[in-house]
Amino acid sequence: MSMSGAPERRSAALGLALQALLVAAVLGGLFWVVQHALEVLRGRGVRSGFDFLAQSAGFEISEGWLDYDSGQPFWRAFLAGFINTVRAALPAALLAVVLGTLLGIGRLAPHALVRGLCAVYVQTVRNVPLLVQMLMLYFALTQLLPDSAEAIRLAPGVFLSKGGLSLPWPLREAGAFWPHGFEWPEQGGFNIVGGAALSPEYLAVVGALALYTAAFVAEIVRAGIASVAPGQKLAAQALGLEPGAQLRLVVLPQALRLIVPALTNQLLSLTKNSSLAVAVGYPELVSVANTSLNSTGRAFECIAIVMAVYLLLSLAISAGMNLYNARVALRGWR
Amino acid sequence: MSHHASFPAARPRRASTRRLALSVLCAATTVLAAAPALAGKTLDAVKQRGSVKCGVTNGVAGFSAPDTQGQWSGLDVDTCRAIAAAVLGDARKVEFVPLNSQQRFSALQAGEIDILARNTTWNLTRDASLGFHFTTINYYDGQGFLVPKKIKVTSARQLKNATICTQAGTTNEKNVADYFRSQNIPVKTVVFESFEASFKAFFAGRCQAFTTDVSGLAGLRNKEASNPDDYLILPELISKAPLAPVVRRGDDEWFAIVKWVPNALIEAEEAGVTQGNIDALKASGKDPVQQRLAGAGDDLGKLLGLDKEWSYRAIKAVGNYGEMFERNVGAQSVLKLPRGANNLWNKGGLLYALPVQ
Repeated sequence: MSMSGAPERRSAALGLALQALLVAAVLGGLFWVVQHALEVLRGRGVRSGFDFLAQSAGFEISEGWLDYDSGQPFWRAFLAGFINTVRAALPAALLAVVLGTLLGIGRLAPHALVRGLCAVYVQTVRNVPLLVQMLMLYFALTQLLPDSAEAIRLAPGVFLSKGGLSLPWPLREAGAFWPHGFEWPEQGGFNIVGGAALSPEYLAVVGALALYTAAFVAEIVRAGIASVAPGQKLAAQALGLEPGAQLRLVVLPQALRLIVPALTNQLLSLTKNSSLAVAVGYPELVSVANTSLNSTGRAFECIAIVMAVYLLLSLAISAGMNLYNARVALRGWR
Repeated sequence: MSHHASFPAARPRRASTRRLALSVLCAATTVLAAAPALAGKTLDAVKQRGSVKCGVTNGVAGFSAPDTQGQWSGLDVDTCRAIAAAVLGDARKVEFVPLNSQQRFSALQAGEIDILARNTTWNLTRDASLGFHFTTINYYDGQGFLVPKKIKVTSARQLKNATICTQAGTTNEKNVADYFRSQNIPVKTVVFESFEASFKAFFAGRCQAFTTDVSGLAGLRNKEASNPDDYLILPELISKAPLAPVVRRGDDEWFAIVKWVPNALIEAEEAGVTQGNIDALKASGKDPVQQRLAGAGDDLGKLLGLDKEWSYRAIKAVGNYGEMFERNVGAQSVLKLPRGANNLWNKGGLLYALPVQ
């Protein structure tokens, strides 16, 4: 035991006590602020509380995975909004990682033209605000595509128009795994009906999120690869590995140690950035909260729900990525 | 968008703890300082400040919209100006606070504005649960649909499977859902955060129909469409939308003022008092109703905490209700809306002034 053991222990205990005190003070303060706000609101005759969640919402949500209609309660509407957030963020994250990895490798490519193009992409996309890109993409889709009545037929049963992208959708009997047929989209007066429809709002949100985040992912991947000691690549070459195998078997596994933590932050950003979708009319969580806030007047409560959901979603993503990080990290180095 | 998300940091250091404590303290004081004192005396505050703070839209033609010089005009704007004229003696002493539809109620609750005159529909939920009083209805509106003529629709019942664009944070979404549900007609609504994005998507052809209050549809068609004749307002009105200025509860004196000034403008139209003839009536009028409105009869202003000429100044500033209507949304404006339900009760409309006596 070292000579300075006792004072160190004492200062550690003091630190713990101070931190506990701080946490208590913060929680107490928070509680007081909320109580005070509620009291003031009550004094002004403003109704507050979460009881409205059980009332019927009364508005429609135009798309999504959850079976929802306007007769259902507010909590179902919030749930549908949350699922729509995931519905946009998940494919956007996958696309961003794939595209970003390709771009990042491209930035280190031996070919000057490939390197240059990737660099231009990264620098342009990173430096234009996401909201602007999303609106641009959305208005490009809705201005340039033909009306639904004159939809472009890309393939049998695949239509592209101002109404979005329509695809055939497999039909399944209840309980059966294999589909027994397809539901084909067809002209239904104003719009293409039937099949699976991806609205232009959805396409703009997923597209903009993926393209924007990919630029950041590219830089992370580039930095990760650059961090691997050059000798590693030389050693791989000396072993006679193909260039693709060098990257896959030697460089990338080592680069991942640096890539994964930074990538986690990008995925968190992407998820939170999906709230910008409200600007182009995609009905995600914030959009639903906005509508509920207006029809009930419970601003405080609706914002609190949005905050809590994003917090939980972010913590879940963090936890998942940390697990993955623990698997790819060098063992025995901690 | 910042990208400083919560990646688990290393062990907490003392410096960062101190920084955290400081920021929490800052946040707490901001919250507490932002909570305004309960407004018991709005009138005193307005007089002391020398201006009326009036919550309006970011720009809805005919109701509240700034021109290229930043001058606000519209029916709601004139209502605020009339109140400023009555209270402060100068119709220019209004501070207009542009609010989007989601912000409007919080702004009034928080005391950031004295009046919310932002084409706001009066309904039970809002009246009974937001801590507000609605005052005098200054426009009877209703929700309708705007469609391009080329889709060959003449009734809302033909909108089966159509996509309808609208703005978030209004009663419109709910009305659309109710209407088409009751008619058993499937439609899709695309809801945008801003009014501008919603009508731009409509004019780009994303939606077959656009919905908001009919007064708003007329403004859109006449101001934003490349060719107004290509668009049609469908005959169906799917909701009642009585629009009225709103004040906070808990200040009856101010409530009475905001209720009675617009009412005096309607009474002025009933009694034939105009911006042009009010001076002559004040000097040599005979009719007691006209006399009172012109500030030459009994002193009713003191009952409101104002002076004798309160209504004289309001009418002198913006004219009577009819003049205000024609200038902002009627024949003399780009909207060219008919008087319809907004005519006087004795001319087939719904406006009925409470007696100023």
